[in-house]
Amino acid sequence: MPGKLKAKIVAGRHLPVMDRASDLTDAFVEVKFGNTTFKTDVCPKSLNPQWNSEWFKFEVDDEDLQDEPLQITVLDHDTYSANDAIGKVYIDIDPLLSCEAATVISGWFPIYDTIHGIRGEINVLVKVDLFNDLNRFRQSSCGVKFFCTTSIPKCYRVVMVHGFVEELVVNEDPEYQWIDRIRTPRASNEARQRLISLMSGELQRKIGLKVLEMGGNAVLGYLQCFDLEGESGLVVRAIGTACTLDKLSSLPTAVLPACNSPSREMKEPPFSEDPNPNIHSSGPSTPLKNQTYSFSPSKSYSRQSSSSDTDLSLTPKTAAGAASWRVGPRVSLCPSFPALSSEPLSIPNTFYLPLRPRAGHGSATPPPPPPPVSAQSNSTMLRKSVSFSEDLLLAAFGMGSGGSAGKDGGPLKTLLRQQTQSALEQREFPFFTLTCFPPGFLIHVGGVVSARSVKLLDRIHNPDEPETRDAWWEEIRQEIKSHAKALGCHAVVGYSESTSICEEVCILSASGTAAILNPKFMQEGCLDSYSEHRLEDPAPPSCGFCHIPYDELNMPFPAHLTYCYNCRRQKVPDVLFTTIDLPVEATVMGKGSLIQARLCRLKKKAQGEVNATAISNLLPFMEYELHTQLMNKLKLRSMNALFGLRVQISVGENMLVGLASATGVYLMALPAPGGIQIAGKTPSDITYEQHISNMQKKINDTISKNKDLYEVHPQEIIEEVIGSPIPESRQRSRLFRSHSESSDEVSELDLSHGKKDAFVLEIDDTDAVEDIHSLLTDAPMPSGFYSCNTEIMPGIYNWTSSLQMFTSVRVFRLNNVNLTNQGLNKIFNDLCENLLKSLYFKLRSMVPCCLCHLNFAVAVPEEELIQVAVTAVAMTFDKEQAQENFKANMEKAIMKVISENEEQLQFPLELCTETPAPQPFSPSKGTGHQDGGGIHTSARASQEKGSPLPEGRSRSLRCMRPFPSSTVSVVKMTPLSFLPGTRIIKYLGIINMFFIRETTSLREEGGVSGFLHCFIAEVFAMVRAHVAALGGNAVVSYSMKECVFMENPNKNQAQCLINVSGDAVIFVRESEAEATAAAPQTSSMQNLSGAAEANA
Amino acid sequence: MDMSVELDVFVGNTTIMDEEVYQFWLDGYTVNDAVKVRMEGGVLEEYEASTDVLLSDTMDQFRTFQMCERLLHTPAKLANQLLFQIPPHRQTMLIERYYAFDNAFVREVLGKKLSKGTKKDLDDISAKTGITLKSCRRQFDNFKRVFKVVEELKGPLVENIQQHFLLSDKLARDYAAIVFFANNRFETGKRKLQFLSFQDFAFCAGQLISNWTVGAVGKMQQLERDTESGAVRQLLNKQAKEKHPICTNNMVEDMDVDLDKEFLQDLKDLKILINDKDLLDQHKSLVCTALRGKTKVFNEMEANFKTLSRALVNIAAKLTNTKDVRDLFIDLVEKFIEPCRSDRWTSADVRLFLTYYTNSARTLDTFRHQVTWDRYMDVIKSCILKMYHD
Repeated sequence: MPGKLKAKIVAGRHLPVMDRASDLTDAFVEVKFGNTTFKTDVCPKSLNPQWNSEWFKFEVDDEDLQDEPLQITVLDHDTYSANDAIGKVYIDIDPLLSCEAATVISGWFPIYDTIHGIRGEINVLVKVDLFNDLNRFRQSSCGVKFFCTTSIPKCYRVVMVHGFVEELVVNEDPEYQWIDRIRTPRASNEARQRLISLMSGELQRKIGLKVLEMGGNAVLGYLQCFDLEGESGLVVRAIGTACTLDKLSSLPTAVLPACNSPSREMKEPPFSEDPNPNIHSSGPSTPLKNQTYSFSPSKSYSRQSSSSDTDLSLTPKTAAGAASWRVGPRVSLCPSFPALSSEPLSIPNTFYLPLRPRAGHGSATPPPPPPPVSAQSNSTMLRKSVSFSEDLLLAAFGMGSGGSAGKDGGPLKTLLRQQTQSALEQREFPFFTLTCFPPGFLIHVGGVVSARSVKLLDRIHNPDEPETRDAWWEEIRQEIKSHAKALGCHAVVGYSESTSICEEVCILSASGTAAILNPKFMQEGCLDSYSEHRLEDPAPPSCGFCHIPYDELNMPFPAHLTYCYNCRRQKVPDVLFTTIDLPVEATVMGKGSLIQARLCRLKKKAQGEVNATAISNLLPFMEYELHTQLMNKLKLRSMNALFGLRVQISVGENMLVGLASATGVYLMALPAPGGIQIAGKTPSDITYEQHISNMQKKINDTISKNKDLYEVHPQEIIEEVIGSPIPESRQRSRLFRSHSESSDEVSELDLSHGKKDAFVLEIDDTDAVEDIHSLLTDAPMPSGFYSCNTEIMPGIYNWTSSLQMFTSVRVFRLNNVNLTNQGLNKIFNDLCENLLKSLYFKLRSMVPCCLCHLNFAVAVPEEELIQVAVTAVAMTFDKEQAQENFKANMEKAIMKVISENEEQLQFPLELCTETPAPQPFSPSKGTGHQDGGGIHTSARASQEKGSPLPEGRSRSLRCMRPFPSSTVSVVKMTPLSFLPGTRIIKYLGIINMFFIRETTSLREEGGVSGFLHCFIAEVFAMVRAHVAALGGNAVVSYSMKECVFMENPNKNQAQCLINVSGDAVIFVRESEAEATAAAPQTSSMQNLSGAAEANA
Repeated sequence: MDMSVELDVFVGNTTIMDEEVYQFWLDGYTVNDAVKVRMEGGVLEEYEASTDVLLSDTMDQFRTFQMCERLLHTPAKLANQLLFQIPPHRQTMLIERYYAFDNAFVREVLGKKLSKGTKKDLDDISAKTGITLKSCRRQFDNFKRVFKVVEELKGPLVENIQQHFLLSDKLARDYAAIVFFANNRFETGKRKLQFLSFQDFAFCAGQLISNWTVGAVGKMQQLERDTESGAVRQLLNKQAKEKHPICTNNMVEDMDVDLDKEFLQDLKDLKILINDKDLLDQHKSLVCTALRGKTKVFNEMEANFKTLSRALVNIAAKLTNTKDVRDLFIDLVEKFIEPCRSDRWTSADVRLFLTYYTNSARTLDTFRHQVTWDRYMDVIKSCILKMYHD
């Protein structure tokens, strides 16, 4: 009996009228936990009842405390007939089980009914007394802290990162049980809500146990998902990163940087770690204590094969013709290199053949010239290529393991690499769900790895043995792991998993970023206290993560390599795609931009295996085309790297919808991207030529516009360019700027797109026409707006505290039955563009503003319906201040760079002068701002003028009475892990809520939009109420995991399921004094190397 | 069209509301009309938004307002509800605008019974004023709602309205006037009264509420305690106490809406001013002596004195009749304002006349009803002065 749960029902308010005769309600409350139920007295004839009940006490196992929610039901007493339920409140008491989180739950909760929505509020007090339980074989994992946040939580320091944890539980979906035919929709919904709540509790407990087994005390980047598999059941699964966290309780402010701004807090995370990998190697490589922890036996390979009869012929060995190495119905490695789309196909044919050179080879070998630039069209040729069988493919990847050692030379590094590798390789899955790391954690980043698998769902026969689903994921994770190996990486960061289900077909997807990590974070015992390290450590090179982890002579895919534009010592690819946030030490030019690739593909309706095969065959094409689109759009913005890449492929009955979102940036370490060149195949026709040159002009214009918009003005670096296959027919504007490149005093800058290896699009190809079309139909953002899908926007530092989190959902019905792929694509593209436009318009009063963490979720809920749900936060920033601080810090930063780098870098002069030079420190920034401001004010004016207030109505609002104080505290919500201008002082626990809402009076509730609008507002309200009751004032890392909407307008019915999660926190505003003291640091440039910051 | 929007919602953690769009909604515009007007307003060009964008935004906001409407019916709930997170100043704006009304509309229903029957007339009012039916309904329902709530409450009218509906002082006073007029059913619709604005009536209502209601007595007691005001007040006070031995604060205070019956009864005593010929002559000579040389229309004043005095006193004497109370304003216009206007008195003339007319009566030796007289004439004077315009 290790726990006592106590609940007290205080009062209700705003209750609905349940008795029409008296216009009043005789309310009482049932409080239920497990199988125990208590009741309050009836409070007769009141809509605002005061129960003031005794403390109801439940004596329970802590296992139950973790699994079960406290269930509070408000009812209307009826003497003659059955009592009517008014509604329910489910309270997750998990936050009370950790001593560091909340201690009491107390507040007003909305009383929720799945048919009527929120019906009044109830004031409840909940406490838990836990007794210590030293039982070694315990089933509970009380005290393990869960965080949705995918970075190190602000008031903690990481003692150790243990690694990947995963678990899934399955059950029958109550909605599909036989009993559902006879029970009311309300009963069915409540059964489902309750079941899912139980399952999440159980899942969390089980994950917690694994964490304890590994010796950790917390899970970061906890990602829980539901798979509503319909007839075949309900799956709740979760992944996360197990860590040992230490609370930073009373750190002197001098040591612990205030989290007052994203830029700063990202740069100086409260991490106890030495960020420099170079000096580490002296430390003994203590093997991981928990390396040998075992996952459940169901994950063994033998199981995998035994379960493979359920996934039928979904992995045919004769892969349908598809693009290069990503082929294979289940496999799709997307290594994020332009080679994918710009290289001739002949390369993949050979690239597996050479054996990997062993250690030591790479560092000594001079870099070979980059592969010749191909001006060939790609897409058509790709189709014709013969692909490898999957087996060969995997074998080839397998060779990559360990092959990259010694590439960057020096015995220390080799040693380091080996250590890390050994530490990580002993783990089953060296995966990390984190997206944001302390400086020095990431040593190299290889690129995106992803895998998809199409499965046929089968009824889950025994909920206690979810091997099938486990085996499916196991399989995918193995693939991801081998892809990472092929990229010369031993770990995968920014890892996530998702599914898309349509009827009996399910696409499982996993993706992440292959990386090489600093092993110290994975080891215990070599960590010293946080403060000691900071002052001594030299900084790691800011460009380190860009350097290739794989062997350049034996690249897993063709790519252009050049020497790093920052350190000039190591090789970098020309484009880098990742799923993580921009590393804090990254040096970036200008601002970032949201980049989306959108694609629809029609599919014949089919059943079972045929359907699954059809989908499998389409997937590689879709991935390829999405990739091409991303690449084109990236070039159109003159950027060279993508962060936060998320590729969703959703399956519907008659189509597949693909949406890839990422944030493009210009990494200083990578070469400037070339432009886009359009080539026609039949140059005979004059009008055709005209057409092509028109398009080329449009593209060039867009590129140069984008350069101004994002303040990306890369320098031309001439010496490394080999050949320039594209005739220069463009206008050149000249600008002189000093930079130290090759000791030239002055060099010429080309403001049009770069002249080297331009990307060629051949428009004879229908796909290319489509590509160009989608390139040019992306509407520019209105001035004053920026957008990204990552945590922070590169190039913006001075956030104000004003923010607006929002969710927008749109469902489109395709009316034309005979749509072509192209028509469908255009519709989908317009849909997304219009949605973005609407958002900009809605949020126009916030400019200058950035939409951060723009998260699009697409679904095909029914035939002919496309649903897009967006959650993001709009944050305003202060342009003026940013610029001033920028100037102020410029010198400071330069000084630092000089002083710090002289000792360790070979080219100190180059570095210190080069760094600031490419900064958008040009007058263009100033004018840009003025323009923005001008538009802003004029817009306001027009708004005022536009409001036609009749004379008599414009009453003075000045002589207002003060409002009676509200009992509702403001709760902020954001998908980001921080709130600008504030410091998070406490994490109160995870918020993970699941709601169902149903209506049988759709028209009366304002149609589908009215219904959903109200439901989303209710969900927000319930999240806020729970956070407030925990004593919090904000939710960070908020996300809407699921929004499943179904309608039947003919029956006047609709149903919606929403799952949301986040971390409840208490934040405090940065005090005025702290703010001023911190100001210079706050705005310090991110694009200067982390070196400047580490010792700040 | 290849596709149609089936569903389109936007929900912010902080509820986004555009004041301009709110006004369109309040004015009863359809979504399409509102979009049209917004397009003409030029928002589009600034943000390169298409009609679709405006349509989507407008629909969203209309829906939000509709969902908020239930809360606006009991504004105190708005601050304590959990569904919408709205900053306090926005809440104030929402409420104030929701309860704002069109002068043209209120003139049509002022003094009418706020019943179902009147609601049917809303169609006609809508047609006549050009205010949409939807907006008329909202305004009418607001009047009715406020009326119903304060009807049953004790205490001062304006404060009650402010407390329950969280309105600004100005708007609360206007509502007090509307409630007061509706309760006493003052006639305001006659053609002869058309020149009067709602604000004219609201002013008069304020005068009546603070001087002629039973509640006014209580307030005056308060005032006397606070400021040691003149002998008149004290006298009045004494008088009130004599007549209502038990009527101290709590009993008195719910009487803001009804006129003080005792006072109306007392007004009959004023008839002596016109029935006693001596007194009438004396009164006239006092006034005329004082006015001579001070106005261009002296002759007309002298000639009309008796008619006007009779008119004012008769109005006072008849106020015990509910029917005559209703006709107070029409009587004032027909029997006083119109004769003066036809003689081309200026406002200053009227003020001069009424001042001396009121003050002289106090000096009449045989006139014993000074307190009642002052209480009556203070209000009548300020009402007439307010109403005396084109």
